[in-house]
Amino acid sequence: MADVESTPGEGIHIEGLRKRYGRGETAVDALKGADIAVAAGEVVGLVGPSGSGKSTLLKCLGAVTEPSGGRMTLGGRVIYDEGWRIPDLRALRRDRIGFVFQAPHLIPFLNVTDNVALLPMLAGHANADARARARELLEALDVGHRAQAMPSQLSGGEQQRVAIARALVSRPPVILADEPTAPLDSERALGVIGILNRMAREYRTAVIVVTHDEKIIPTFERIYHIRDGRTHEELGEGRMST
Amino acid sequence: MISLAGRDILHGWGKYVFTGMGLGLLIGVTLSMAGIYRGMVDDAAVLLDNSGADLWVVQQDTLGPYAEPSSLYDDLYRGILTLPGVAQAANVTYLTMQVRPAGDAARERRAMVVGVVPGGFGEPGQPRFLVAGRRLTRGHYEAVADLSTGFRLGEQVRIRRHLYRVVGLTRRNVSSGGDPMVFIPLKDAQEAQFLKDNDAIIQQRHRTAVNPLFNRPGQPEVLEAVLAAQTQSTSVNAVLVRLDAGADPDRVAADIRRWKRLGVYTRAEMNEILQAKLIATSARQIFMFLVILSLVSAAIVAFIIYTLTLGKIREIAILKLIGTRNRTIAAMILQQAIGLGLIGFVVGKTAATFWAPVFPKYVLLLPSDAARGLLVVVLICALASLFAIRTALRVDPAEAIGG
Ligand SMILES: Nc1ncnc2c1ncn2[C@@H]1O[C@H](COP(=O)(O)OP(=O)(O)O)[C@@H](O)[C@H]1O
Ligand SMILES: [Mg+2]
Repeated sequence: MADVESTPGEGIHIEGLRKRYGRGETAVDALKGADIAVAAGEVVGLVGPSGSGKSTLLKCLGAVTEPSGGRMTLGGRVIYDEGWRIPDLRALRRDRIGFVFQAPHLIPFLNVTDNVALLPMLAGHANADARARARELLEALDVGHRAQAMPSQLSGGEQQRVAIARALVSRPPVILADEPTAPLDSERALGVIGILNRMAREYRTAVIVVTHDEKIIPTFERIYHIRDGRTHEELGEGRMST
Repeated sequence: MISLAGRDILHGWGKYVFTGMGLGLLIGVTLSMAGIYRGMVDDAAVLLDNSGADLWVVQQDTLGPYAEPSSLYDDLYRGILTLPGVAQAANVTYLTMQVRPAGDAARERRAMVVGVVPGGFGEPGQPRFLVAGRRLTRGHYEAVADLSTGFRLGEQVRIRRHLYRVVGLTRRNVSSGGDPMVFIPLKDAQEAQFLKDNDAIIQQRHRTAVNPLFNRPGQPEVLEAVLAAQTQSTSVNAVLVRLDAGADPDRVAADIRRWKRLGVYTRAEMNEILQAKLIATSARQIFMFLVILSLVSAAIVAFIIYTLTLGKIREIAILKLIGTRNRTIAAMILQQAIGLGLIGFVVGKTAATFWAPVFPKYVLLLPSDAARGLLVVVLICALASLFAIRTALRVDPAEAIGG
């Protein structure tokens, strides 16, 4: 991890994150104390059996579900702290969190460039600036030649690269990837992970990849296992060589 | 910022255009209904204009001659002529009946037969403008017909027992019920309206003869006189009065009422009678249609927009997850609904303009009605989108992440 600066305050950190769904008799404790620290530029895996709390953790990290307790900081800013939260989670998601999904989930009625440029446009940047930034990223991800295509005209791998460009366009301190390689074959899956590693370093972004995918698990240096709502850190066997 | 609504519409324009066309036909029907109402109001105004009258003198306590039957002696006009302020006074009869070209029963038409005093230009009751031929000059068996009867110049038409030659044609002379007018000489019209057929005359003679009041022994001249009085036709429906320039219609009307014990209406009062008594029920009928059509249109827009929104739930969840404001999403749905309404309005206005001339009655499409219609369409679309907007705003951004 020589090329990753582990400056405290950058990346994403959670401590003792808890989430309880419902109340009383039927309450479910989906997270019972999750601790994760991912530095800027680092890619970590998050694995666990079904029902262990992966999606719940991702939703808390992604600021769409409020945790019941615990603490989270993102790029040096406190997001949650034992029941307190920053007021505008929506703007936080727009400006500071990138999402990559299993299915690329591009907006079907916007072309590739505008799919990527939408976020800065939503944040109030001029269309031309937003599109210039989008094209730069698309070039970096080798899909610059498809900039004018509609999502339905792209292959699965191309769509996923466009989705990564969209996640990166606001230069967020963290990218959350939910099973990003599930529909891809081995070669393309490793390609996507390669890209995520490259982008993490280039844009100094912390990347958390939730996955079941045996093909890519060996590539992570660090892996968080989640079992019964608690995280356990393990060293992974992998190191992406680029 | 780009228009999400516009991009979505362009992406799936087929369904918008087809839905817009369906909606457009409904809007076209709605605009036509309004046009039919405007046409009736305008027909009434034209009816009054064409009569050339400033005052209508009718039987006391009736709303004649258009709204109620009215019967007057046909010599009353002489007395009216002597009143100050009266320039002209002419008898007129109105009777709606079937008229058909001689030997062509298939072209029979329901028409309002107007009996007028044959005369020169400017006589009240005479049609004011002709599009072909000449006005009535002879006392008998001539007719001037409205173009919408389909009768042709020189053709013979049958009204009751007699044949009339069409010598002139008019345009837009219709009754308040939309029946075209056929003008014939007053004497003929009185006969057609008031004269009994031969059998009836014979029966009446018989009944009069057996009445001891009329048939007095030793005084045969009484029966003769009564029978003569009974067979004469001395009634008309109204007297049309043209005033001197500068005469006050209300004052002259008051004079006639006082001295002649007759009903008198000014142009404004007659217009009020036509609007309030004759057209009112039809207007309410049309208004009901407008309400129902608006509701149906609203339901269609609401349903379509709701369905389109349901089809985009995943995209909406993603848009929310990546930080799109609720207001942006609501605006997208609202703009789509209004866009649909605008497509519908353009289609509807075009359709109404095309099919208006084909209607049997006059359809008057007023630009102000179209403007009002546009406003209502936009409002209805905005309201109809509320349901879809509510659904979209309830979408949880966490749904984009899944379980
Ligand atoms: N919205 C919810 N309401 C109640 N219980 C939930 C909800 N979401 C998840 N759970 C429960 O929380 C636990 C963890 O679920 P989840 O985070 O989806 O795990 P994973 O993604 O690893 O399968 C499960 O027992 C699940 O039933
Ligand atoms: Mg899950």
